[in-house]
Amino acid sequence: MNPANYLYLAALLFTIGAAGVLIRRNAIVIFMCVELMLNACNLAFVTFSRLHGNLDGQIIAFFTMVVAAAEVVIGLAIIVTIFRSRHSASVDDASLLKL
Amino acid sequence: MENLIGLLVLAPLLGAGVLLCGGRRLDRTGHWIGTLLAAASFVIGVVLFADLLGRPADDRELGTTVFSWVPVGGFRADVGFQLDQLSMTFVLLITGVGSLIHLYSVGYMEHDERRRRFFGYLNLFLAAMLLLVLADNYLLLYVGWEGVGLASYLLIGFWQHKPSAATAAKKAFLVNRVGDMGLSIAVMLMFTTFGTFAFGPVLEHADQAGEGKLTAIGLMLLLAACGKSAQVPLQSWLGDAMEGPTPVSALIHAATMVTAGVYLIVRSGAIFDAAPDAQTAVVTVGAVTLLFGAIVGCAKDDIKKALAGSTMSQIGYMILAAGLGPIGYVFAIMHLVTHGFFKAGLFLGAGSVMHGMNDEVDMRRYGGLRTYMPVTFVTFGLGYLAIIGFPGLSGFFSKDKIIEAAFARGGTEGWILGGAALLGAAITAYYMTRVMLLTFFGEKRWQPDADGKLPHPHESPRTMTIPMIVLAFGSVFAGGLFSLNDAFLKWLEPVTGHAEGDSPLTATQVTAATMVVLVVGVALAWAQYGRRPVPVTAPPGGLLVRAARRDLLQDDFNHVVLVRGGEHLTRSLVYVDHTLVDGVVNGTAASVGGLSGRMRRLQNGFARSYAVSMFGGAAVLIAATLLMRAV
Repeated sequence: MNPANYLYLAALLFTIGAAGVLIRRNAIVIFMCVELMLNACNLAFVTFSRLHGNLDGQIIAFFTMVVAAAEVVIGLAIIVTIFRSRHSASVDDASLLKL
Repeated sequence: MENLIGLLVLAPLLGAGVLLCGGRRLDRTGHWIGTLLAAASFVIGVVLFADLLGRPADDRELGTTVFSWVPVGGFRADVGFQLDQLSMTFVLLITGVGSLIHLYSVGYMEHDERRRRFFGYLNLFLAAMLLLVLADNYLLLYVGWEGVGLASYLLIGFWQHKPSAATAAKKAFLVNRVGDMGLSIAVMLMFTTFGTFAFGPVLEHADQAGEGKLTAIGLMLLLAACGKSAQVPLQSWLGDAMEGPTPVSALIHAATMVTAGVYLIVRSGAIFDAAPDAQTAVVTVGAVTLLFGAIVGCAKDDIKKALAGSTMSQIGYMILAAGLGPIGYVFAIMHLVTHGFFKAGLFLGAGSVMHGMNDEVDMRRYGGLRTYMPVTFVTFGLGYLAIIGFPGLSGFFSKDKIIEAAFARGGTEGWILGGAALLGAAITAYYMTRVMLLTFFGEKRWQPDADGKLPHPHESPRTMTIPMIVLAFGSVFAGGLFSLNDAFLKWLEPVTGHAEGDSPLTATQVTAATMVVLVVGVALAWAQYGRRPVPVTAPPGGLLVRAARRDLLQDDFNHVVLVRGGEHLTRSLVYVDHTLVDGVVNGTAASVGGLSGRMRRLQNGFARSYAVSMFGGAAVLIAATLLMRAV
């Protein structure tokens, strides 16, 4: 199969993710969109790794997953805290660094 | 011998220090300490004088460098003294008249509780004045120059509880400041021209500098002299300076300090000789002032202010003589010394009269005092005869010589200057006769003072009469003594040089003319004040009289031109400051503030708008990178 197709898919996924980040208000959805962008990147990395015939891209994809996992832990914790205090997960409601 | 020169200055300086720092425990003895130290200075002066006299005429110069004051790289300023015939003459005048006036003040200031301080200031003045005339360079002279200015300020405002005295002191200080600016600029110009301030090199090489520079230096020196010596246009302070105690008027504002300008010009003779334009300015100032002062002196009813006008006029004579160059230098100094005697004597006499008349100064309220104050009358009378130039007395010899020298300038200028000097002599005779008649002759016009007490005129105590008698002797004999075999001329000639001008008139003709104007002046005054009774309140008088009573409108002129002008200048400067300078500063602040207000809106706290900027920024960066690649 043509590797460019993987890249198109990655670009599509990234665009969907970016659009989601910009458009949606719900913090959880934005978070998912961020993950989508990260995974689009991973896909691109892996594709390039395959194209160039070395493992660098795959290794970076693993790094990204680890970092994303850590980020999810912290990010979700923050979102849960915000939801508890405001009874809303909308990012627009949390426009101030105070209640 | 050289070491004695330093002592000359040190003695009064020590007195000033002790008296001003000594505190109240010196209140009872302070005046005698001050007088003693002044006298000590005089004795040292006499010893030095004897030493100089013992030397051959061309070797009469002592010099000593006490210490190096500012030694920085190529710049050297030393505290050094130079005692030549010119300085010696001044030293004797200053310490001699100074000691007498110290003695007089013991009596005059007896009832003043701040007498100790007064003597401290007097000693400070003596020290500064001696420093001025003994300095061997212009920078040290400047120190003395400022010192006498300070002492003058302190003494004019000595009765500081009187607002008029405080104002007069301020006025004297401010006007003098203008002159001092001139001296400081002259000193700087000298340094850039000659690379040194010392009299020796500067005056020796004076003719090698360009005439333009010398003219500039000369004019600045003249400005300085105008300030210190109360010459037109900086004359306005002298009349007000009479607010000070009378001994101060006698010592500082008649005999010594106000003649510092004459000293400066004579000392810098070499510079003026090489700058004829500056010399013309000097004689113009002298001639104008001698008439100006004389006219003011005619109109004043305040005895001290009349004498102040006279002082101004007499110093005008000296400046005129000094401006004539080598023809006149010697006579300027000679008139200065004789004037020191008779004018100090006249002021002390005026002080004695005031002492006896409950401090009344209005001559229209005197009258008939000759029988009540015989000593004062005789000494004042001798001073009067000396100043109007009565034949045989001091003023006759010195003033006659100046008038002769003025004619000897030659050409139209000579006639104008000589004519002005002759006219001045006539007016001098007029106003001095007026003072004399109003004070000592005629009927009694005594008025009760503020407390309703009629004055009981009485002769002053001995401490006051002795100095007056000594000064009267000086007024009578000094001129004759100086003229005997041209003694004074021969004494000063090695320092100042001397030249004979070609006068269109012979000496006899000048003397005859002087006598004629003298008689006319006296006769006019007698016709006006001697023949008929004098009204106690001054008649309104004509335009000139009223102008002269207001010091020929000098204060009005200063007010309109300088004060108003200054106000307008400051106001416009403030306006420029407020609009332009503040405008730039405030405008910058406002635009930065406005810009940051805009920037602040970007920080709205909405995570998604930040995300837009991030994506936008990333897109721009990527686009830029791609573009760079493509190019």
